[in-house]
Parts: sequence; C-alpha cells; structure tokens
Amino acid sequence: MRILRAVFRHGSGRIGGGIVCVYLLLAILGLLGLTPHNPITQYRIDRLHAPSAGYWMGTDLFGRDVASRLMAGIGQSFTVAFFSVAFATLAGTVLGLAAAWLGRRWDGVVMRVMDVLLAFPAILLALLIVTVAGPGTWTSVVAIGIVYTPIFTRVVRGPALSLKTREFVDAARTFGSSSSYIVTRHLLLNLVAPLTVQVTLALAWALLTEAGLSFLGLGTQPPAASLGLMLSDSRNLMETAPWLMIFPGLAIMISILGFNLLGDALRDILDPKMRRALA
Amino acid sequence: MDYLLRRLATFPLVLLGVSILVFVAIRMVPGDSITAMLGTEAGLLTPAQRDSLAAYFGIDQPWFIQYWRWVGGILHGNFGISVTYGRPVLDVILERFPLTLELALLSMVIALAVGMPAGIYAATHNEKPSDLGVRIVAMIGQSTPSFVLGLLIIYTLSAGFGVLPAMGEFAPLWQDPLRNLSQLILPAITLGFAFAASVTRIARSAMLDVLSDDYVRTARSKGASARSVIWRHALPNALIPVVTLSGIEFGYLLGGAVIVEQIYALPGLGRMVLDAILQRDYALVQGSVLFIAFNFMIVNLLVDLAYVALDPRIRLGEQ
Repeated sequence: MRILRAVFRHGSGRIGGGIVCVYLLLAILGLLGLTPHNPITQYRIDRLHAPSAGYWMGTDLFGRDVASRLMAGIGQSFTVAFFSVAFATLAGTVLGLAAAWLGRRWDGVVMRVMDVLLAFPAILLALLIVTVAGPGTWTSVVAIGIVYTPIFTRVVRGPALSLKTREFVDAARTFGSSSSYIVTRHLLLNLVAPLTVQVTLALAWALLTEAGLSFLGLGTQPPAASLGLMLSDSRNLMETAPWLMIFPGLAIMISILGFNLLGDALRDILDPKMRRALA
Repeated sequence: MDYLLRRLATFPLVLLGVSILVFVAIRMVPGDSITAMLGTEAGLLTPAQRDSLAAYFGIDQPWFIQYWRWVGGILHGNFGISVTYGRPVLDVILERFPLTLELALLSMVIALAVGMPAGIYAATHNEKPSDLGVRIVAMIGQSTPSFVLGLLIIYTLSAGFGVLPAMGEFAPLWQDPLRNLSQLILPAITLGFAFAASVTRIARSAMLDVLSDDYVRTARSKGASARSVIWRHALPNALIPVVTLSGIEFGYLLGGAVIVEQIYALPGLGRMVLDAILQRDYALVQGSVLFIAFNFMIVNLLVDLAYVALDPRIRLGEQ
C-alpha cells in the first residue's frame, strides 16, 4: 500500500502506472472477447476501411476490425509477457538462491550454465527454442522465460551472497532455524525490492521479445491477433493503409514505455540509496 | 594479467556449454535437413541418394560421433559444410560478418555521438526544462522497438518523400563505399536510436553522480572553468558506465540484428542464422552461434579491460 502511494506521488510512476492500468484493462477486455467487433470475423465488404465511427482504427486486408484485433493482441502479448516473466522470476530466484546458499560447486555449476545462456543473443535463443517446440503462445512463454532466467538468477544471487554473511542470518542459524526457513524468511524477503524492479523492467523486454517473435512469424499464429504479427502484416500495405502500421506500432511502444516508466519509479522508490538521496 | 588469464580460462568451458546446447537444440527441431534443403524434390531421391547426401554432410552418424567430429573439426579450423550454401560454414559466416560488424559500429558511433552530448547537456542543466525534454525523448527512444522505428522511417520516406531505402544487392564497403553507406545508414539509425537513448540516460546519471563529488567541487573552487571541470575532471569518470553499456550493446549487435536486417533486406549474420535455423542447416547454426558467443565473450572481456584503463583504482578480479 505504501509503495502504491509512493508510485502515485512519483511523476513518472504516475504516468507509467496509469499506462499499465489502461493496458491491463484493454488486455482483460481483449481476452474476455469484450471487443467492439469479433477480432477474427472478416467483414469483406469493408476491407481496408480507413478509421471511422464504425471501425475506430479501420479494418485490415481481410476486413477485420483493427481496434478489436489490437485489444485481442494486447491480451495475447500481456499473457505471454506475464507468464514468461513469472517463469523467469521463479526459475531465476530458485537457481540464484540455491547458488548463493549452497555455494561452492553448486554455485559454480549454476552460474556457468547461466553464462552459457547469456552468451547466446536473446532473440536467437528464443528463436531456437520456438523452432524446436513449434510456434505458439505457450512456446513463446517458455522461450522468453528461459531467455530471461539468467538475468533473474544474477539479480538474486549477488545480494543473496552478501545477505548470507550478515549478522541476522548468523543469529538465525544460532537459534537453530532451518536452512529453508532462513532462505525464505531472511534472504527472499530482503530480495523483494530488487526483484520488483527487475520484474517491471523484464515485462517491458518480454513484450518487446514477444512482439519480435510474432513479427518474424514465430510467435502467435494467425488468425489469432498479436501486435507483432499485425505490424508485420502491415508492411506491404503501409502506403495504402498506414493505420495498419501506426496503431499496433504505437500500442507496442506505449506499453513498453509504461513499464519502463513504472520500473524507473519503482527503482527510485525501492532502492534505499536512491531513497536516501531523495529524502 | 592474472585476471585476464583466469577469464580466458573460462572461455573454453562456456564455449563447450554453448556448443553442446546448440548441437542438441538444433537436432530437436522436427524434420531433417535434406528435406529442408531440397523441398518437394527430396521426395524424388532414392534411398541410396539420400544416404550418400547424409554421409556427405556427416549427418548419418550417431549424434555423439557427429558432435565429436564437429568439435574435432573446429579445433582444426573446420566448421563443417553448410547444407544450404554447399560451402564451408566459416566462409559463409565470414562473408556475412563484415556487414554485421559495420552496422554494429555505425550504430554505436551514432549512439555515442548523440547520446554523450545529450547526456552531458542534460546533467549540466539538471532539473531545467531542457533536461526534462532530453529525458522525455530518451525515455521514448528507449521504449521504441527497432522494428516499429524501422517501419516508421520507411513509411515516412516513402509516403512523405516518395523514396525507398536503398535495397537490392548489398555493396561491401571496399567495393562501393557510397552505396554501402546509403544502404546501411537507415538501419544504423534504426538500431542507434534506442542505443543513443540508453547512452543519454546512463551518461546523464553518471555525470550527475560525478558532478556532486568532492573533487569536482574542489576543482570548481580553485577556479577551473566550467568547461574544464566537465571535460577534464568529470567526464573521464562518468565514462565508465557508458563504456559498460556500449560494450554490452555492441556485443549483442555483433550477434546480428535479425529484425532490422529483415526489414531492410540486409544479408547480415542475424538473418543468416534465422534462415539456417528454419532450414535446419545444422552445421551453419552450430558454427554461427559459436562464433557469435565467442565474439560476445571477447567484447565483454575488452569492456572489463577498458575499466582498468579508465580507472586505475579498479583491480579486476578483486571484488
């Protein structure tokens, strides 16, 4: 609650939070099918219709309503982004905590595996995974999740290593607390702040990667809507129907902007060094 | 020196991991490379022809023998034969690499040329409207995906000025520098825009940190001019985070910019790997991923070494 209030007081937090809330609403409406038109129904008579009262953002080559497809696409993109970041957060936290707590050989093995994953360019790794498993929503979730796991592992391991040597952990040990209690209570709870910031920023990257994969035809498959796919389809019609490119392009950009602004605000609020500087 | 050797010693280990990962992953892609190479004509092959093709590309053996042969070959500088191009993998990669390298360098030059002055300007005008303006543009820049910007640039050019970006056959720098630059400048701007935005943000915050340091105050109080304080005293220390960011970003760009290459129809490394994955060109995927990973690690190492050059207080490996 305190954090929410702080975000609201923070300039970019207010804007970013507002954008994210609007998108969440659009995503939910899109997923529930509460769109102005059916996103995959083809109104053939109204093909490539410019934006009007009936079709707020115009129609595409097949006469499908762009606004409705945009909402469905936002729903799709957000689903992939949320689940993939959840995957990466969970996997990265478990691996990072295990590496930090168990130390020695475990630490070495886990971190070398993460080095291997990090040495892959993110989009290529995602491409490889998607090609192996076949394109689709859940493949994108797993692919993007795996790509971002090393980042979360690093974000968790570093602070966890230094927390491990702190007095309160020693004290907890002396009291006879079990390892699992110390790890979840003392380490994990202290990592909530850096993780929150990382999650917000990772959502922006995940949206970007999802759009990129769909743009290359390896994400969401037609006729389902996705922002990257809509943008990719707009390429050949750019001059006759620019709205096909402009609306999905802006939608991707503003959604990433929202998470970036929110992430920045959260970093200002949750990073104690910054907080002291601001006070 | 000790640190350098220790870092170099981890290279083979990470590369071994990358090689195993890519080797296994590409073999899990459904379908086989001979069918992918020949398309429907593959159906016309007799079993004997198919076998001899498989033997030629070395994909008739059990996987561990294939892996062993592949790694053994690499140690002798032989990365195998690409099924799609029918040529040695290393030749194909080295043919594509100059474009990728040039694009990455060009984007970095644009990013630094725009981002550094903008960041310094914003930091020295902290909390003024001009600072806010720079920050807003940088935030928007950082949130604009390269494919959105790329399409917007193409659209603006074609709808507004009736011109299209120079496409067609790619002209290498040493053959036709002018044509080469005209082909690469828009993709470089597309990639450099978000890159410049990140440089601006990091340069601004690093500069702000440094400008509030005691030694800068000392320099000011002994009467150093504002220009000298910024350029001689503050800038060298503010460079460290900028170098880190640029290095990492440059390392990623060396892996090829798949989407931007796709939009501008450039024959770079990224598109080549994408096509190779889709074509199940095992040898080419394996070779290029290893090549990209190696470059990435080298760039990261150079970034670390640059720290020491910029800040003699940093002793690597002692954290």
